[in-house]
Amino acid sequence: MTASGIELAVTADDRRIARLAALALGLTLAEAAIPSPVPGVKPGLANIVILMVLLQYGWRTAAWVSGLRILAGGLLLGTLFSPGFWLSAAGACASLAVLAVARHLPPRHFGPVSLSVLAAFAHIAGQLALAAAWLLPGIAILKLLPVFATAALVFGTINGIAVARLQQRMALAAPASDRRQSGPCPTL
Amino acid sequence: MLKTGDFGVLAAGMSTVAAFAWWAWFAPSTAADTALIRAAGKLVHSVPLTHARTLTIPGPLGPTRIAIEPGRARVLADPSPRQLCVKQGWLAHAGDAALCLPNQVSLELTGRHTPYDSLGY
Repeated sequence: MTASGIELAVTADDRRIARLAALALGLTLAEAAIPSPVPGVKPGLANIVILMVLLQYGWRTAAWVSGLRILAGGLLLGTLFSPGFWLSAAGACASLAVLAVARHLPPRHFGPVSLSVLAAFAHIAGQLALAAAWLLPGIAILKLLPVFATAALVFGTINGIAVARLQQRMALAAPASDRRQSGPCPTL
Repeated sequence: MLKTGDFGVLAAGMSTVAAFAWWAWFAPSTAADTALIRAAGKLVHSVPLTHARTLTIPGPLGPTRIAIEPGRARVLADPSPRQLCVKQGWLAHAGDAALCLPNQVSLELTGRHTPYDSLGY
């Protein structure tokens, strides 16, 4: 018997990435409902998920989850390929690039808060770089820089503390031996 | 929960914010000497702020009128519904800008003169 149509093999990895991306997407949608005084200043709650994924499953999975979140978020919020979407993508790329380096910091001294703050700063740097280069070339966007930087510091710290606490909870809940292998999706 | 390195990163973050705040808001701004006027992203006029004149820039919604005076410039009138760029009033410092977004016209001031002619060490 031959199978009809094209069958794509779905690996356990794919399912995990999809599940985690859905989790990040949920936070993105919830966050979109929160009014913000300054456009672009958001808590970035989905980054909690991205950071958890990075620490548990590695950078590649985190990059997949982040990319899928932005793409699906664009679809669901109706901002796909709009300037806001590209700003979001630029921020995510910059923050993933920084995380690729920062995750090699010695974990004895640098916890999730460091990663979260560094990623948040990279996020606004990526966004502002694109905004300055493409959307408002030559115009002094710099006057708002301190506002964005403050938001990155505050929300980066809060998200990092959330990740640190979640890690503590999970370390208590599961034996530390093979959490990296195929643990259940972290319940938030 | 917070490790030693985390405090270092937080301190670095705070100094970054403080440096940006000083640089963007409190650093002495230089006087402007040239007005750059863009329409639809393209530079259409580069006017020295030396003598008074009025320019009319066509945009998709209609004409935007810009007044130039010695040392300062402003948007006089614009067909944009919210009139944000007109309400900004006179611009006098390098880096100041007024954007008439719906009409795609922008006025930006630049300055080449620094507070010092030269510095020696």
